[in-house]
Amino acid sequence: MEAIKKCGVYLRQKIKQLFTSKSFIVSAISLLLALIVSGIILAFSGYNPFTAYVNMFGGAFGDMSRVADTLGIATPLILCGTAVAIAMRGGAINIGAEGQLYVGAMAAALTGIFCQGLPAILHIPLCILAAAVAGGLWAGLAGYLKIKLKVNEVVLTIMLNYIAIYLTDYIVTYGVKAEGMVVKTPNVAESAILPALYPHSRLTIGFILAVIIVFVVRWMMKKTVFGLELQAIGNNLAAAETGGVNIGKQFLVTMFISGALAGLAGAVEVMGVHKYFIKGFSPGYGYDGLSIAVLGQNSPVGVLVSAILYGALRSGAQVMDRMTKIPSDFVGLMQALIIIFVATPGIIMAMRNFARRGKKNHD
Amino acid sequence: MNFVEMRDISKYYGNVAANSHVNFSVQKGEIHSLLGENGAGKTTLMKILYGMTQPDSGTISVGGKKVRIRNPKDAINLGIGMVHQHFMLAAPLTVAENIVLGYEPKKGMFFDFEGAVKEIEALSEQYGLKIDPRAKIQDIPVGQKQRVEIIKALYRKSDLIILDEPTAVLTALEVQELFGVLKGLKEAGKTIIIITHKLKEIMQVSDRVTILRSGEFVCTKNTADTNPNELAELMVGRKVHAMEESFGGDVDESAPVFLEVKDAVYKEHKVKKLNGLSLKVRSGEILGICGVEGNGQTQLIETVTGIIKLRHGKVLVRGEEVKDPTPLRMLNLGVAHIPEDRASRGLIKDFPIRENTILGYHRRRQFSRRGVLNIREMNRYAQEMVENFGIKVGSIYDPVSSLSGGNQQKVVIGRALSQNPDIIIAAQPTRGVDIGAIEYIHEKLIEMKKQGKAILLISAEIDELMALSDNIAVIFGGQIVAQGKASEFDERRLGMLMTGYGKEEKEHGSH
Repeated sequence: MEAIKKCGVYLRQKIKQLFTSKSFIVSAISLLLALIVSGIILAFSGYNPFTAYVNMFGGAFGDMSRVADTLGIATPLILCGTAVAIAMRGGAINIGAEGQLYVGAMAAALTGIFCQGLPAILHIPLCILAAAVAGGLWAGLAGYLKIKLKVNEVVLTIMLNYIAIYLTDYIVTYGVKAEGMVVKTPNVAESAILPALYPHSRLTIGFILAVIIVFVVRWMMKKTVFGLELQAIGNNLAAAETGGVNIGKQFLVTMFISGALAGLAGAVEVMGVHKYFIKGFSPGYGYDGLSIAVLGQNSPVGVLVSAILYGALRSGAQVMDRMTKIPSDFVGLMQALIIIFVATPGIIMAMRNFARRGKKNHD
Repeated sequence: MNFVEMRDISKYYGNVAANSHVNFSVQKGEIHSLLGENGAGKTTLMKILYGMTQPDSGTISVGGKKVRIRNPKDAINLGIGMVHQHFMLAAPLTVAENIVLGYEPKKGMFFDFEGAVKEIEALSEQYGLKIDPRAKIQDIPVGQKQRVEIIKALYRKSDLIILDEPTAVLTALEVQELFGVLKGLKEAGKTIIIITHKLKEIMQVSDRVTILRSGEFVCTKNTADTNPNELAELMVGRKVHAMEESFGGDVDESAPVFLEVKDAVYKEHKVKKLNGLSLKVRSGEILGICGVEGNGQTQLIETVTGIIKLRHGKVLVRGEEVKDPTPLRMLNLGVAHIPEDRASRGLIKDFPIRENTILGYHRRRQFSRRGVLNIREMNRYAQEMVENFGIKVGSIYDPVSSLSGGNQQKVVIGRALSQNPDIIIAAQPTRGVDIGAIEYIHEKLIEMKKQGKAILLISAEIDELMALSDNIAVIFGGQIVAQGKASEFDERRLGMLMTGYGKEEKEHGSH
């Protein structure tokens, strides 16, 4: 038991270190380094990195339909990234965005299927609300256990991911499965489908919602008592307590909001992209949310930019996969490299110092 | 003969001169104090001597020979050792392992632990530094850890040992032990440099003292030819009030009791940290709490600020019992809190100065409406506080961690005093701040008292308690064991009372 506890605490520290005290420069240079190193790996594997990158860029931003796809993929990533970032700012480590996303998606799907006859203007917000509440409660459960029983939330949220994924699996397989071989629910009502912003693409008004949320969160962090207290806890728990912040309540609310945002990501996928809940629909958006928050240094706008970048990598990779012989899994390698470089700012600082010294000598 | 001679040393960080043409010399076999306020360049000068940083100009000679000290290893080879303020020890390892680290005795190709233990026992015998070489660092108290660092320097055959603020972490008793050790080392022919800003210690232990101010050399004096007042003036560069002065007086017995603790009991890990403690503070009174650290002071502070909940007993504010106290409730009742540890409880170091100036009061109408912060008011307020309290800042948007210790403390104090509290809980209000700031903080507290506030002062500095308090209460084992007018106590009697020799006195009812 003791060993598990220690392990949890250690994990918590390491994760916290990963997320904090980076500068924009580190993120930008990490990105560049990742591109270079990936390029070298491509070259060694016998591919031409330049054609790969050109294809990739074209795939992400080549024409309007590609841009729409990029932003469409970015939508759940923006929400998951913001979810992780807001928790992190508030001193909570939420590794459970993936699980919260599934729970939210299921809630949206059920509300979408069973509440028939509502006008879209009511039905859509209702489904979104259901997803947010479900995701929020799922994360809130972890928060509650942390406060009451001092269970490490890192371990908790990871475990809750599995429970969420298998629970929704169960519901879709034995509860609301549609006819046919595919394990999915029936389609949601027409009135619960998010209008597309670009025809036949993943880009829906969900993207606008996500962007609005980013700026609301940004405003909240900078201009509200809630944001001040949230960050006070994240930075120095004892000082926040001394300053009259109700630690337990605030922590719970932070987790709830974080989970609600991840739940929204699930809703956007169900209501915008698939129109139904399908088993295993997420290619790890919740986990990508973690690396996006790292890359965006927990700042809402940073997350927005990082998420669009990740979206571009993913949608670009699909095209690259088709046009060249490079498998789209290659993007996973790039993402991993980005995180490795962000996580070791020492490398980048050393390079910067080296560059500075070089400059000084020339002066 | 001068063992070490540093001539014309300059060191710049950016455009700031940490040291500017400093001359410093130490004779063999003396205890030499290096005195200066925080930021005067003492530590920089010693880091240069120990090879941790390189001077931009100037020369160093050791034993009459000009040397270049490029890194600590060079310094060690020249017989220079340094005991840092924050100990450089590996907690899970034993004392012996820590001491020999980097210079391990070997048996064949293996580490000879028993050999190390023997060598350390010999050293410990020779210099009268008692230590258990087999104990783990994590299990020994701070005073012993410092001893390990000193033995480490001796093990590396240092003739000169530099100690950076060695008494900052020690209790009064440990300080006396340390001084005994240092005098012993001196007799054994070692040379000692102590970096400090505590005047009393200099007078007590050193032979000579060199004063630095704003990175510049002021003078070197024989301790016998000077006195604390002169040293304080040389250090600060102007006249300062001496701590011997007393600002305490008679308290108006008819003044209302603002804060009262009745029969407080609090347990932590099954130990009674507060054991039936009672006290009263009246409007216009400074009540000083005197005691050896760990006798319930922290729990007393946390009780009256709502951080912990009593198992038994109650807290009354202006005569009314506070039901279910929380930090927010106490703040709203006008109980301001200057926490004993500004780094862990007082400030959020990565937050801007501005946010730190309102923390705890941010829900007040002045700073927020319906949960939205009034940024304009926050800016104005922070700027005003910076001016009122003479806080030296670049900008109020800078993180508070960018300030010096004294200025950080001024933020804490400014925050506590600016919202017109009735009651001020001032815990270690001058810990780790330089003389100029100490003087300022004392003036502020006295001013508050004159305005009719009730102040509970908890301090480890007996001088401070004697200077500021009207009444003093001695805390021991979670109880108040003696209480009376400050003028009725002297240092000796307080020393007896706070170490538990006062129980009889209380029972006989002399107070």
